[in-house]
Amino acid sequence: MNPLLLFVFVLAIFLGLELITKVPSQLHTPLMSGSNAISGITIVGAIVAAGEGGVVPTLLGTIAVAAATINVIGGYMVTERMLGMFKTGKDR
Amino acid sequence: MAAWQVFAYIAASILFITGLKMLSRPETARRGNRLSAVGMLIAVVATLAAGGLDYTWILVGLVIGAAVGAVAARRVQMTGMPEMVALLNGSGGLASMLVGWAEFVRATDVATFSAVAIVLTVLIGGIAASGSVVAFGKLSERIDGKPYLFRGQKTLNAALLALALAAAGFVVADAVVAGGVGGTALAFALVLLLALALGVLAVIPIGGADMPIVVALLNSYSGLAAAAAGFVIDNNVLVVAGSLVGASGFILTMIMCKAMNRSLANVLFGGFGATITAGTAPQQGVVKPLSAEDAYFILEAADSVVFVPGYGMAVAQAQHVVQELAELLSKNGADVRHAIHPVAGRMPGHMNVLLAEANVPYEQLVEPEDVNPAMETIDVAIVIGANDVVNPAAKEDPASPLYGMPIIEVDRARTCFVLKRSMNPGFAGVDNSLFFKDNTRMIFGDAKATITAMVAAFKEA
Repeated sequence: MNPLLLFVFVLAIFLGLELITKVPSQLHTPLMSGSNAISGITIVGAIVAAGEGGVVPTLLGTIAVAAATINVIGGYMVTERMLGMFKTGKDR
Repeated sequence: MAAWQVFAYIAASILFITGLKMLSRPETARRGNRLSAVGMLIAVVATLAAGGLDYTWILVGLVIGAAVGAVAARRVQMTGMPEMVALLNGSGGLASMLVGWAEFVRATDVATFSAVAIVLTVLIGGIAASGSVVAFGKLSERIDGKPYLFRGQKTLNAALLALALAAAGFVVADAVVAGGVGGTALAFALVLLLALALGVLAVIPIGGADMPIVVALLNSYSGLAAAAAGFVIDNNVLVVAGSLVGASGFILTMIMCKAMNRSLANVLFGGFGATITAGTAPQQGVVKPLSAEDAYFILEAADSVVFVPGYGMAVAQAQHVVQELAELLSKNGADVRHAIHPVAGRMPGHMNVLLAEANVPYEQLVEPEDVNPAMETIDVAIVIGANDVVNPAAKEDPASPLYGMPIIEVDRARTCFVLKRSMNPGFAGVDNSLFFKDNTRMIFGDAKATITAMVAAFKEA
């Protein structure tokens, strides 16, 4: 295990706080569902857990893969759907 | 980890960062979401291609998850979006919690640092998972949306949190003393169960009007849980992506708190709506009701109209008829806008999503600070199922729990219509002096039926 990850973590938190400053309210929901899909990155850990053997880890990992995939696929698709609805007067 | 895999994860991280940045601007939001999806695909493929894995169960999980996620995303109604977002948050939190659990089971010789990461993943992931399920229940009204408070609630929560941390400390201490004692599995189970219990207990005291803050906060937790899982499996891309989501969820949470003029601590521990003291005197005055048909005559003569939607519009599913009325008003020569308070509804951006579904162009959607300065020049403000976000007590009554909250100041418009089912107070349980103002007209009944009647009157004329 690598404590250097802490360094990456702290920098990424600062980056995240700087990245998004002012969000117009029409994007609040898509930002939430879209960023939520990103948090489905835990799927990487789930895949490893489900594929490296051992009965219990495989069981837990498989459920984790399913849950994370729901998070990823559902999150991106629902965000795409919402953003597709945001039309300007010119588009109509 | 092979060099190519490291590069793939770096590429994915860059796509997440760029995508998230683009997601916060209307012109680029759609491309941003797609970029971040490409990043996710790269990360998943890089993980699968690394080899050394038995794919059988991975595929089972992927297929089930993809099917459920795709069907849910296609089927969900825009009015059901708050519940959907809560469920997605919950599934992410659950996945991270399980990753931590699986890693605990597999690890024979856990280093101190890993042990800390594992218990944190399980704690944060568990709270996000069970908290989201309760939020889902409240938002979909499967359980009562009212704040659920009991004596000693804060003490119980604090005690359980202390117990969870103690158990987590035991798991870590056991990892330090290599070889371990037999009690570790029990302590770990305790951490897991207490995390789930804490998630439930943290969300049940929070009232419906505060749900936007909770939904945003759970979003942040699901990101932090993923970051913690990154420490467990020693993977940078999880740490980066999870932290970004944690930070963006936190910013959204703070935007919501600011829109309510309340501190995060006040929302989390306040039990808003149930703690209203006798300090606020019941409102007195004469209510002036109006029929939808009479409202038509006022609207017909109006040059500028502002709609102020709230949760009631979502409940009545009135967004499509609102847009129909807005179009008729526009054709009649009126300047039409929709003023949206950041915390209107049950999740951040709730009203925007509903109105977008009804094809309202987003130029017509404005924020409170855009309409408030020129409110005197607005002929008619139509409040549809909103209450707290238009309550003048926020400006006038220091004793009100809403005092200091920025509102949409419809009481200053020339005429204000309030569409409301009955005279019950709003979600916060606070009376609204707006209903008794001279320029306010109450139009009682179902919002959808009322607006449909106005539309009919326009079409007949």
